[in-house]
Amino acid sequence: MRRQQGVNMNFSDSLNTYFEESHDLLTQMEDILLGAEGRVPDSEEMNALFRCAHTIKGSGGMLGLSGVVSFTHEVESLLDRLRNAELMFTPALAQLLLECRDQIESLVRAEAEGTAVDEALGETLIQKLHAHNHPDQAQQTTQPAAAVETTAALANGEPREGQVESDCWHVSLRFDHDLLMYGLDPLSLIDFLNTLGDVVHVETLYDDLPDFFAMNPEDCYFGFEIALRSSASKSDIEATFEFVADQARITILPPHSLIQDYFDLMENAQEARARIGELLVACGSITENELSRALDTQHSGIAEPIGELLIAQKSVQKSDVDLALARQKEGDERRAREAKSVKVPADRLDALIDQVGELVIAGAATELLAQKTLNTDLQESTSHLLSLVEEIRDTALRLRMTPIGDVFARFPRVVRDVSKELGKDIRLEISGAEAELDKSMIEKIGDPLMHLVRNSIDHGIESPEQRKAAGKPEQGVLKLNAYHVSGSIVIEVQDDGAGLNSEKIFQKAVSKGLVADDAHLSKHDIYRLILEPGFSTASAVTNLSGRGVGMDVVKSNVEALRGTLDIDSVPGQGTMMRIYLPLTLAIIDGFKVGIGYSTFILPLECVIECIELPEGVKGADYLNLRGEVLPYLRLRQLFNVAGRSPVRQNIVVVGFAGRKIGIVVDHLQGECQTVIKSLGPLFSGVSGISGSTILGSGEVALILDVAQLIQRAMHAENQHVPA
Amino acid sequence: MSASNTAVQNVSGESGGQAPRQVLVFTLDGENYAIDILHIREIIEYGVMTEVPMMPDTVRGVINLRGAVVPVIDLSARFGGKRTQTGRRTCIIIVEVEYQNRLQILGVMVDAVNEVMDIDEADIEPAPSFGAQIRTDFIQGMGKVKDAFVIILDVAKVFSFNELAQISRLTAGANEALAHDAS
Repeated sequence: MRRQQGVNMNFSDSLNTYFEESHDLLTQMEDILLGAEGRVPDSEEMNALFRCAHTIKGSGGMLGLSGVVSFTHEVESLLDRLRNAELMFTPALAQLLLECRDQIESLVRAEAEGTAVDEALGETLIQKLHAHNHPDQAQQTTQPAAAVETTAALANGEPREGQVESDCWHVSLRFDHDLLMYGLDPLSLIDFLNTLGDVVHVETLYDDLPDFFAMNPEDCYFGFEIALRSSASKSDIEATFEFVADQARITILPPHSLIQDYFDLMENAQEARARIGELLVACGSITENELSRALDTQHSGIAEPIGELLIAQKSVQKSDVDLALARQKEGDERRAREAKSVKVPADRLDALIDQVGELVIAGAATELLAQKTLNTDLQESTSHLLSLVEEIRDTALRLRMTPIGDVFARFPRVVRDVSKELGKDIRLEISGAEAELDKSMIEKIGDPLMHLVRNSIDHGIESPEQRKAAGKPEQGVLKLNAYHVSGSIVIEVQDDGAGLNSEKIFQKAVSKGLVADDAHLSKHDIYRLILEPGFSTASAVTNLSGRGVGMDVVKSNVEALRGTLDIDSVPGQGTMMRIYLPLTLAIIDGFKVGIGYSTFILPLECVIECIELPEGVKGADYLNLRGEVLPYLRLRQLFNVAGRSPVRQNIVVVGFAGRKIGIVVDHLQGECQTVIKSLGPLFSGVSGISGSTILGSGEVALILDVAQLIQRAMHAENQHVPA
Repeated sequence: MSASNTAVQNVSGESGGQAPRQVLVFTLDGENYAIDILHIREIIEYGVMTEVPMMPDTVRGVINLRGAVVPVIDLSARFGGKRTQTGRRTCIIIVEVEYQNRLQILGVMVDAVNEVMDIDEADIEPAPSFGAQIRTDFIQGMGKVKDAFVIILDVAKVFSFNELAQISRLTAGANEALAHDAS
């Protein structure tokens, strides 16, 4: 494949589209290859694989990404042979294709982000591909039959009756005026044609060009008539124009086409027939003689359907017609899908959420004022308004919700690769992929989750021999699960491995100076030690995890999303990591509580019930809640709020991550909608407060961080346990 | 930051350095201070303030500035004195400070705001090495007004987000420990 000349146009838009599209296609390839493991993919899947590689190559060529094109071309050839059943699909081949897929991905990423590519790996892969391809014969056998025939015709030098003499493809291009706006450049198209063969002649049509003053310099007014000498198939040439198909009218005539076809081309062109004829002659596609013959026979009255006619004359290959039909069908399906979903830039959604936030605050203020007026009509109308605002808020927030399955989707591959590398046999079970959470969270939860999964494979699940010795099935099971629970989402990573060794963890923590050696900790607290910075239990450092920079980073990542991480483990049976995350970062339902003159907000989803603080309870920081021990915190003391507590105080029972505590407050003030505002960098050190919000009165209220409060209560409680 | 630099350049760049510098003069504990008006966004009356628990005296709390939550600094406490008592003339000056390449907005609590004054560059003396009641690096210069001096504050230093955040973190940590001991 010839190297493409540098294309320095500003392609950023179409490049981005290309990167996105490639990403989707690569994911599709991976899905098929992984799904096909252990069996031979059916012809539909083979075709899909081929299409993916083909589109990546074709569009890449359009954009001048020669690295991607040349590598993908090799992959595509192999896939083509597989598709035509010229090769057997073997597991080894599947592995090779997966590796190639990765190489394509890194090549594409290199173009997108300027990252380095392992070229040596690319070379090795290409050699392997060649080994499968037997390039000499492969080229011959995959040569489309018709092309061979035309070559034969050329050798004989005897064009058949009604055909033109020229042995070149003829490509006629007319572009829409807004072509350049899509970041597409006609020049690069022609450049790319050059990689398929020789562009013999190019005639530029500028009849469309308006007066100088009426001309828009950002519009494309050109059309081209191109003669191309190439042995490529029609679909290859067509693929060149795949990207511009919507912005252009393209006619491709094979070598030795019927004069009738050229005549149709002239007929259909907007320009005067004679003018096109001249251009065609200039291109060398038809001769003067042929032109006049065509013009003579213009009313010969043959009205055969053009498709049949073309096939009958072998000017179109059968496979091309099939492909065109398939593509048309695919296009219809895609259009049907597009009708159901709309792509919206994320910042527009963010702006909408911000505005809805302002609306909520303004609504609360209006309600407050309406209540003061004692005008019942006004109050009724505002409360109606508020319920509408609430609905709008929910709808707006739902716009950003994305299924967690998008994150889970990358794990089958990870589990497969990592377990293979470690010589383990692990099955991944995914459930709850349809549970939704905010898009911004989805983006940020991927890395922590990846680490947990790798951790489970690396440290959790034992090798097959160990498992056998322990009387467990040799195949380990890793489960990913997600579900909603009271306004949060829970993501579980569960393995059936050896479980955590609390003794080992404790000793390690002591040796690292994380705890005193005479400390008495509950099992749960010991498990939590692995989340401390600088802790790692694996004795051997592998290249997957075990560098001791993992779990604490996971923990802080999760906490940055206002979530918590919980560990549970049964020795010998496995470990369960649970991530609790709020569904959204922007707006929550709040429960207002007062201490003195200050108001605090508790997330409503954490509030379980409210009770009155029994009188006369002194000293002890726990009470009996229907037979259950409920530790509680006095917010006034904790936050050092000046003034005295009233005679009657209330306890708000809050729960989070399966634990319950009470929070003692002065008053209960009821529910409200809360737009979360960050407190900014100055207040990053405050624990127990996650943000702030603006109340209807215009006052700022602080939002309590229940997870942190619970942790403090637990911590305080542990210190009271006599050692 | 950049605003003040250009202002200084303008002043020194013009012939004779005649263009005066405009500063806002305010009172704090009976002393007059000034801030270059280029750093000031607006002045608001002291209203409802929400205190944030476990913060040092310097960080007085947060206010709602037309929908934005803005932290308020007690300048008197920042200078090492006592907390500012609120009175009839207490004001909050909203200033802009650059932090991590972004303009952050900060409220500054002062006893009273007096006037905007023009001070010629020639009338600005360097900070005295000692004798002022506040840290020398807080002082950008001493402006001569009639027979008295006003202290022109170095906004970037006095309201350094880095330093304020550090103080807050330390105090929050210490208070948390105290709260634990108390409970």
